[in-house]
Amino acid sequence: MFRTFGLVAVLLALASPALADARDDARAQVEFGIKVAQKGLWREAIYRWQRAIEIDPSYPAAYNNLAVAFEQEGNLEKAREAYEKATELDPNNIMIRQNFDLFREINDRTMRRGTQ
Amino acid sequence: MTARCAAALSSAIVVVLAGCTSFYEIPIETPIQPKMDVSAFQRVLIAGFISGGSEDVDANLETVRLLRTQLRTKSTLRVIDADVLPLAEMARDEGIEPAVRPEPEPEATNGGDAEPADGTNGTPRIRDEKDLEPFETLFANVNLWKKIGEEFQNPLIVTGTILFTPHERAGFVTRDQEYFDAVGRRRVTPMRTYMQRKGFILRPKFVFIDGRTGTTLYSESFREEILYSPQQNTPALSSYFELMDRLVPSFLSTLSTQTIRGSRILLK
Repeated sequence: MFRTFGLVAVLLALASPALADARDDARAQVEFGIKVAQKGLWREAIYRWQRAIEIDPSYPAAYNNLAVAFEQEGNLEKAREAYEKATELDPNNIMIRQNFDLFREINDRTMRRGTQ
Repeated sequence: MTARCAAALSSAIVVVLAGCTSFYEIPIETPIQPKMDVSAFQRVLIAGFISGGSEDVDANLETVRLLRTQLRTKSTLRVIDADVLPLAEMARDEGIEPAVRPEPEPEATNGGDAEPADGTNGTPRIRDEKDLEPFETLFANVNLWKKIGEEFQNPLIVTGTILFTPHERAGFVTRDQEYFDAVGRRRVTPMRTYMQRKGFILRPKFVFIDGRTGTTLYSESFREEILYSPQQNTPALSSYFELMDRLVPSFLSTLSTQTIRGSRILLK
């Protein structure tokens, strides 16, 4: 019993720096993405945020930012998917929810095609 | 711990978390792709509309004028300047007329807005969507639209129906009521009051026809309504433009890429 706990503790101790490194690397990509997005270089920002997700697939901010970039590119389907993932990872984040609500407003307006 | 303490603590946690999170507000412009592929056309003809409802507004002429102006500035298509087609007359020539039905009593319309039993040109008046149904065959007349298309060098033709009708409804409305408290501070509280309101309903159906073949490429219908409190005396034409203002972005997004401006929050 104690041996099992000990093994888990050792594995966690070994894994946590790796996880922290991954999050740090992902954070660096996200921060760079923000910088280039502020300069209007949205394609580069998309690349950076996609890289951040590859490094750390549980990073909600990366999905949120990617969703914003897809909105800017007019790719509403991908934006929705990214917002859904961000909300799933961080359901209580007010800012992600606010972005998603604003996106939905636009998306619903474009989907409101009247009756054909 | 009392509920008040718990609420205060959770608020404090939210404030601290918000303080720790780095975020950046950024302006974005979302391009919305057009619903229709109009790359085959260089020109667009807003031909005219079969209109009905209130006689205070010539919905046909006003809609043609408004859409032409909008397309001139917000579309790459060249707008053809031509006289509005007399669609009602053309329909009559084709044997299409709204069914003759007894007019409702003046009290049942818009509180004394009694209107003549017949349209000004002696044809039965178009009062509702049922009256517009027979005109569907006009828009499906491929030969007619092909002929019109040839006349204007094969443009994209925009036509359809417009119904602009007076409307009234009674119900509860929430309004902000302003008052000053004992120390003279201005306060606003929402108040629910029962009210009989009057306004208009706008029901356009836009039909997009290929001027080369006379076939309908796409059509869409909308419905918008507006109601005013009894104190307001809004002219019918103002209401018409207010309602069209809501619909124009949807109309334009059928033909051209539209950009919606907004802002979003980027997170670290």
